[in-house]
Amino acid sequence: MSFNEPIHRSENHRAENEAGNGSSHPDSIPPPFTDDDFLPSEAVRSIPAQPDRANVLLYIDQVSKWFGNVHAITDITIWANRGEITAIVGDNGAGKSTLIKCISGVHGPTAGQVFLDGKPVHFTSPEDARRAGIETVYQTLALCNDLTIWQNLFLNREMVNHWGPLSFLDQRAMRRRSAEMLSRLEVNIPSINARVRRLSGGQRQAVAISRAAGWGSRLVIMDEPTAALGVRETARVEELILRLRDDGLAVLLISHNFDQVMRLSNQIWVMRSGRLVGGRRTQDTSGKELVSMITGAQQEEAL
Amino acid sequence: MTQATTSPSWERLRDPSFWADWTAAVALVLLIIGFSIASPVFLTLGNIQALLLAAAILVVLTIGQTYVILTGGIDLSVASILTLGSVVLGQAYSRGWGIGVACLLAIVTGTLVGLINGLVIAKGKITDFIVTLGSLSAASGAALVLSNGRPVQIADPFLLRLATGRLGPIGYFVILAAIVAIIAHFVLFHSRFGTHLLATGGDTEAARAMGINTDRIKITAYIISGCLAGIAGVLLTARVGAAEPASNTSFLLNSVAAVVLGGVSLFGGRGTVIGPVVGALLLTALVNGLTLLAVSQFYQPLAVGIVVVLAALLMRYQQ
Ligand SMILES: Nc1ncnc2c1ncn2[C@@H]1O[C@H](COP(=O)(O)OP(=O)(O)OP(=O)(O)O)[C@@H](O)[C@H]1O
Ligand SMILES: [Mg+2]
Repeated sequence: MSFNEPIHRSENHRAENEAGNGSSHPDSIPPPFTDDDFLPSEAVRSIPAQPDRANVLLYIDQVSKWFGNVHAITDITIWANRGEITAIVGDNGAGKSTLIKCISGVHGPTAGQVFLDGKPVHFTSPEDARRAGIETVYQTLALCNDLTIWQNLFLNREMVNHWGPLSFLDQRAMRRRSAEMLSRLEVNIPSINARVRRLSGGQRQAVAISRAAGWGSRLVIMDEPTAALGVRETARVEELILRLRDDGLAVLLISHNFDQVMRLSNQIWVMRSGRLVGGRRTQDTSGKELVSMITGAQQEEAL
Repeated sequence: MTQATTSPSWERLRDPSFWADWTAAVALVLLIIGFSIASPVFLTLGNIQALLLAAAILVVLTIGQTYVILTGGIDLSVASILTLGSVVLGQAYSRGWGIGVACLLAIVTGTLVGLINGLVIAKGKITDFIVTLGSLSAASGAALVLSNGRPVQIADPFLLRLATGRLGPIGYFVILAAIVAIIAHFVLFHSRFGTHLLATGGDTEAARAMGINTDRIKITAYIISGCLAGIAGVLLTARVGAAEPASNTSFLLNSVAAVVLGGVSLFGGRGTVIGPVVGALLLTALVNGLTLLAVSQFYQPLAVGIVVVLAALLMRYQQ
């Protein structure tokens, strides 16, 4: 398998692994953020570097999410640094989306703890997470086609003028701020008054990313931001992602595109069947190694 | 670089959905020209006053329907709520509770039915179509039960003044309908609620992902529709001088028709208040003109049906 290729489905691997997993789930939430937690747990094999305390923004400690009998993720311990792009890779159904939903407040974890800036956080809704500075660019983008670009950028965060007990939208201020948000990331958009329906896939992605980046956010999570894009649009979106990193944000990137992950990321976490199979600094690994980690080929060779 | 300075009004003229919004206006102008050629009475002040007065009740009803359809739903119970409101008014009045209380009760009743519609649809996760079809039947049933099937005459000076009084050349009904329309327009385009309503109707998942409480928005839309239907019930009672439990199905059809004519997407998320108001005027003008031309009443529903389907077809082409 060449490392430029997207990862293919391997349902049978998943099925095999699921049978043996899940019995070692801890009953209690582990103590917060001690040095011990930084040591690789048994699920985290082969992690070369310890987290660097000064730079870690997000630390996920032995997080599990089970839906009834479905063990979507079990005992995941990963972290993401400020000013870095952290990639999560894995086959379809590996649990990547479930993991980021536990971070962005969509799901409450079944067990485990999320730390932001060293402090434990419990989000009950995506709104909660947004307030704490965690923005998510969903796979579906969550843009309203019939609203304008600026309305989407300010959706549920509208600026208003108060007239006594009444409040009216401050459209002028929102338009101005929208233009700033887009120009900060040098996004190419015909007009902020255009409806999102009229935008191309890449422009939509750019609007969604600008929205995520524009609210004083510290962590931006992106679930397959270029999956539906052509070559040129992918390149533009990748530039945007790099710009977020250069702005000092922590970026958590889910991607099926190895080539992209190897080019953009600083750190890579590999998941398989709801478990973490390893983490690497990007410069210490290769597409070939990632493929074998994702598919479990390494294990099979060893057997 | 971002170009944010293009003027929004010029921008809108190139948007096909802008023209779809104005289908009703163009059709109304054509209709006015046609009828005024065919009948010399059509453009007289007296006839225009009568036309606007006749349109006012439908306008009020249509605005509530617009809000509901903008959320991607539909309210089939508006005409029954109107009837129920009228009957409640009549019953309260005939028990000597005073006209103020009676009118208030009519509006509160409409609001409550709207609240129930909204709660069952949003929280019970049952299709709007079924829920409001149910309350269509339930509300007209309640109207029959309350009134024992008998109309109540109401000769109240306040209602009489409301129906016949005017400020200069403009009737109170018309002023009231215009106020409702202006408020509805401002709420839709200049308040957070309005934006959230459009977002909820356009893409419920996206709205929810941005933290908008879409259930609350939907419930509010049905409450507004119920409340406006209650107000329309008061207006109808004033106009007729009686509270009649007989159903008013043409109001339901016309309110949906006016919304469609007004360029509001039946899938929700896109539309205006002005469009449906013009749609309601168009339907009323159509009936008024046909009456002036002495076309049999039986042809009126036929004409309305054809116009609505044509308008819907036209809008498909424009998008
Ligand atoms: N709400 C849910 N209820 C039940 N099972 C779920 C739910 N969400 C996810 N799962 C299951 O959890 C597992 C992991 O799913 P997840 O969507 O996280 O995978 P993924 O790595 O994002 O896959 P993909 O690459 O296809 O997006 C799957 O087996 C999925 O069926
Ligand atoms: Mg996924």
